Amino acid sequence: MPDDVGMTAAVQLFPTCIGDVVAQQTATDAERVLDALGIDHHRPSATTCCGQPAYNSGHDGPARAVAKATLKALDDGSDLPILVPSGSCTSMVRLHWRELFHGTPEAEAATRIARRVRELSSYLAEHTDALRELKPSLAVRVGYHDSCHMLRELRIKEAPREVLQTVAGLELVELDSSERCCGFGGTFSGRYPDVSVAMADTKIDDMVAAKIDVLVSSDPGCLMQLAGRMSRQGTPVRAVHLATLMAEALA
Amino acid sequence: MSATREDVGGTPLPPGWAKPAHQPDAFELTTTTFAERAAKTMARPFARGAIANATDHAAALTTARFVGTDHEALREEARKIRAHAIANLPDYLDQWIDQAERKGTIVHYAADESEARRIVAQICTDQQITRVVKSKSMASEEVSLNSALEAVGVDIYETDLGEFVVQAMGDRPGHVIAPILHRTKDEVHELFSAMAGHELPNEAEALTAFAREGLRHAFLTADAGISGGNFLIAETGDVLLVTNEGNGRLTTSLPPIHIALVGIEKVLPRRRDLAVLLPLLTGHGTGQQITTYVSVSAGPRRQGEPDGPEQMHVVLLDAGRSALLGGEFEEALHCIRCGACQNVCPVYRQVGGHAYGWVYGGPIGAVLTPLFRGQEEAGELAQATTLCGACDDVCPVKIPLHDLLLNLRRRSDAEGHVPRHEQVAFALWAQVWSRPLLYRASTAVARGSLRALARNGVVSAKSPLLRRWTAGRDLVVGKRPR
Repeated sequence: MPDDVGMTAAVQLFPTCIGDVVAQQTATDAERVLDALGIDHHRPSATTCCGQPAYNSGHDGPARAVAKATLKALDDGSDLPILVPSGSCTSMVRLHWRELFHGTPEAEAATRIARRVRELSSYLAEHTDALRELKPSLAVRVGYHDSCHMLRELRIKEAPREVLQTVAGLELVELDSSERCCGFGGTFSGRYPDVSVAMADTKIDDMVAAKIDVLVSSDPGCLMQLAGRMSRQGTPVRAVHLATLMAEALA
Repeated sequence: MSATREDVGGTPLPPGWAKPAHQPDAFELTTTTFAERAAKTMARPFARGAIANATDHAAALTTARFVGTDHEALREEARKIRAHAIANLPDYLDQWIDQAERKGTIVHYAADESEARRIVAQICTDQQITRVVKSKSMASEEVSLNSALEAVGVDIYETDLGEFVVQAMGDRPGHVIAPILHRTKDEVHELFSAMAGHELPNEAEALTAFAREGLRHAFLTADAGISGGNFLIAETGDVLLVTNEGNGRLTTSLPPIHIALVGIEKVLPRRRDLAVLLPLLTGHGTGQQITTYVSVSAGPRRQGEPDGPEQMHVVLLDAGRSALLGGEFEEALHCIRCGACQNVCPVYRQVGGHAYGWVYGGPIGAVLTPLFRGQEEAGELAQATTLCGACDDVCPVKIPLHDLLLNLRRRSDAEGHVPRHEQVAFALWAQVWSRPLLYRASTAVARGSLRALARNGVVSAKSPLLRRWTAGRDLVVGKRPR
């Protein structure tokens, strides 16, 4: 942790496990956006996963063991915001870690981290004036997918839209199904692949009907699901993380 | 009772109606998996379209119903009333029984499904009942009441239009409010034309008129009416029933005997609680301010009264309910069976009610079925959801369905119902991913493998480890070429 933060805004970035394995571009693009804004950022070296795959499957023991490693990596003694480019991982750390670590030696640290953790787009939404000054621009028709945990647990709906609206030339379309689950659901996608894919198709039909060029979301899990299905079907819609779209608009 | 029948005259039941079609007794819960049952509905594109359209429509009506009202305050009030009623259920149930018996209602208590079947069959045998009209009751579905009555020689006529179709098709209701939500008008047209023995016009009005004609005769000639109940009012000992077709009113008041089968959790302390619960039930069920009929059954006909049944029986159904009192799943008993959670559930939308294998589908079905039927039989259902939380946001009594589903998953784990391969996988996962160095090594290996499998940044190979993902999807690992 650099101790010469001084007056500059500084944040930590937790790339998440999907970010480490499949969606590496997301954290990189988040860093490009933060660079453009002049915000210092730093990735703690030893984070793993927030424990959500096991937690949401009902296996608290394995969830706690894995989350503990990430908790230790994030608990650096600073008060810096911890940005997470994933609504559902943010929700896990912010809302569920306290319960997961309740009655354990990590309880206090879990509460500390829960207070610091921030979903990326809600953090960027506090910098829309600065973003506008950077004149982001991209001529695309965009639909936004509200991921379930971000919408219904964190109650973040407007923030990502406010960030997208800073981009000149970007047309934001409200999809009828923006709040409907994409069918990913973590382990659900593997337990019930046919149902999961059918759920994605419902969303994709809506995107095609709305004639969008790009689907933006703030959850790598949903994006893995929707991009994966659209790739298989040859659907002419890109599915990208908000960080990626903003990085492209600022490039 | 024969006097009533002779008075009727008029239209006899159409040919082919003398014996109602048999309803399947066996549930598929124990013989098939959720995926297998889901596949059946998903293989019928018309059914999927019908379910999606109907649930979207119902959800939109509910949203529209509460625009400009303090919906949240009403829901919170309802939650408190239900929580209080359930927390004090034994007391309120005693009060209800006491009041009902004072009004001359004969109260029975069925500890389980077979007892409920036996009690109702016994009433039919004792009272020489051979023809029953029935208004829609999910409790009767729980106990497979129809087959129990058929076994003692009773002809049953389902009189809710949807249930009538369900019965004639040998089907099961697919939704708590709209039993044939998974069926299309064409299917009903085909069915009714076959029953009529000639081609009927394929119009809703004509099809409804056909059913109505026959049902009218059934109402007038029935020895007994069997209903469910939406609420039991402890203060008054009454049973309250909401319907839109008038069949509930006829069932409960026309035949000489009325038998209501009601879950014990349906108790509300006071009549004035209806001011909160009734608009929520109808608004979340059908988007209505109030249903066309709200019937209050307050015991048998009293001296000097011109109508109403001569006998009223209420069978209070426990069947797994009291076991939930005081436990971590008690809130499941708050449910008022409005169906709103089914209407917003993205999984239900794809698979319909039958995929859940028993009586209740959607989020509340995924909660109630494991609780009522046991973890062994139905534990899987709690996994058949993405935990998206849409149900939590719509539930009129604010049942934390997401948390209950998650707790059911935890219970599966704690009670050892999780398949061995899953336990091993998570244990291994925890061993590796709780150690940052091993985590880094494992993710590097994963990235390398995906890169090796990828073509133009896309993995579509059906390698064994990725099979369940790549059967219907690619894994996009790099920037997708434009």
